[in-house]
Amino acid sequence: MSGWVAAGVGAVLAGGYALAWWARPASLPRWSGARTAAWLAGVVAVVVALSPPLTDLAHHDHRFHMATHLLLGMYAPLGLVLGAPVTLALGSLPRRGRRVLTGVLRSPPVHVLSHPVPAAVLNVGGMVVLYLTPLYGLSMARPEVHALVMAHFLLAGCLYTWAIAGPDPAPRRPGMATRTTVLVAAAGAHAFLAKLLYARAGEVAAGHGDPASMEAGAQWMYYGGDVAELALAVMLFAWWYRRRRPEVAPRASAAPTPGVPASSP
Amino acid sequence: MSGRRGATSGRPDHRRSVGVAALIGVAVMAAVDEIVFHQLLGWHHFYDRGTPDVALLTDGLLHAAELVMLVAGIFLVADLSRRQALAVPSAWGGFFLGAGAFQLFDGIVDHKVLRLHQVRYGVDLLPYDLAWNLAGVLLLALGAALTWRAGREVRRAEAR
Repeated sequence: MSGWVAAGVGAVLAGGYALAWWARPASLPRWSGARTAAWLAGVVAVVVALSPPLTDLAHHDHRFHMATHLLLGMYAPLGLVLGAPVTLALGSLPRRGRRVLTGVLRSPPVHVLSHPVPAAVLNVGGMVVLYLTPLYGLSMARPEVHALVMAHFLLAGCLYTWAIAGPDPAPRRPGMATRTTVLVAAAGAHAFLAKLLYARAGEVAAGHGDPASMEAGAQWMYYGGDVAELALAVMLFAWWYRRRRPEVAPRASAAPTPGVPASSP
Repeated sequence: MSGRRGATSGRPDHRRSVGVAALIGVAVMAAVDEIVFHQLLGWHHFYDRGTPDVALLTDGLLHAAELVMLVAGIFLVADLSRRQALAVPSAWGGFFLGAGAFQLFDGIVDHKVLRLHQVRYGVDLLPYDLAWNLAGVLLLALGAALTWRAGREVRRAEAR
């Protein structure tokens, strides 16, 4: 993948956020600098993952291949979701655009997809399909398949992170018990897949790369997944902890944004 | 985990203090085992050939649950403390109960039932297994004693 793709994706993500920030009406509370910083960190992770030095290495060495996936599917989404892009957009869009966005958020497909269970299945299921079917060999041989796989990882990772611990308003977000259970199940499945890849390094790597680098890649996946799981758990419980603050009206901490569909945590 | 929002009772909650600290006890014991026996001593490894796939899956789920327990436990303790409902002696009891329960669970279910891995390889296992599970029993007994004493103190304070 050429450097233009990385630069283009980074420019669209950072530029879009900056535009929404700039268009935010003065009547609304100031937009949090921490949210902006989180979004920019997420954009940097995406750009690094797509940058030619890393993609070149990833083509020969499974460790860097796995690093690309960790960055795109797990670390970049943490920053992008913490940046609360939907909340920012709802505040900055003109009335018509806001109505369209609210309509999309309330539409049946978004209801289904933004539930943690389908989001987790799309996320971890994508890895299962990639590594345990011939898709892996195909993505190594065909650049357009590879680009689709990368896009899937970024989008599914964002959807999952958003469903588990997103600060944005979401239709019918389930309670802590469901979200914690899905987090454990998805992280457990990820750890299982990492050890399975380690065990089957020879078969999976056959034809593209050596088994030793596949074994090392599987270990990166396992420990890298731990770090992402810890970060996501902290994000989820920090949200719970803030919301449970004693003697503060339940919704006083959320910035009042017009047109925001009520989130039901 | 819902309800009782905004309650600043100021009264120590014995049962809840034991429960949330037990989560941390489980997670810390799991981390200690992992770091000491796996990373430092190298007695067992990332993956052992011959481990069935089902055992790998349950191992992955347990590992994920331990990490979440650590984070959940810390935030739950912080929340109790913020509402002045944390009974510190009860929490220590819960911590050792959790640590002992994990050690015993690991020694019996992971090592013997699922046969995920053993304490050590190429040696006579009996003394290692005995030491491992005895350590679990001792931690559990310590936790039970601390919890019982802390509960008695809390009940006495409430009766006054």
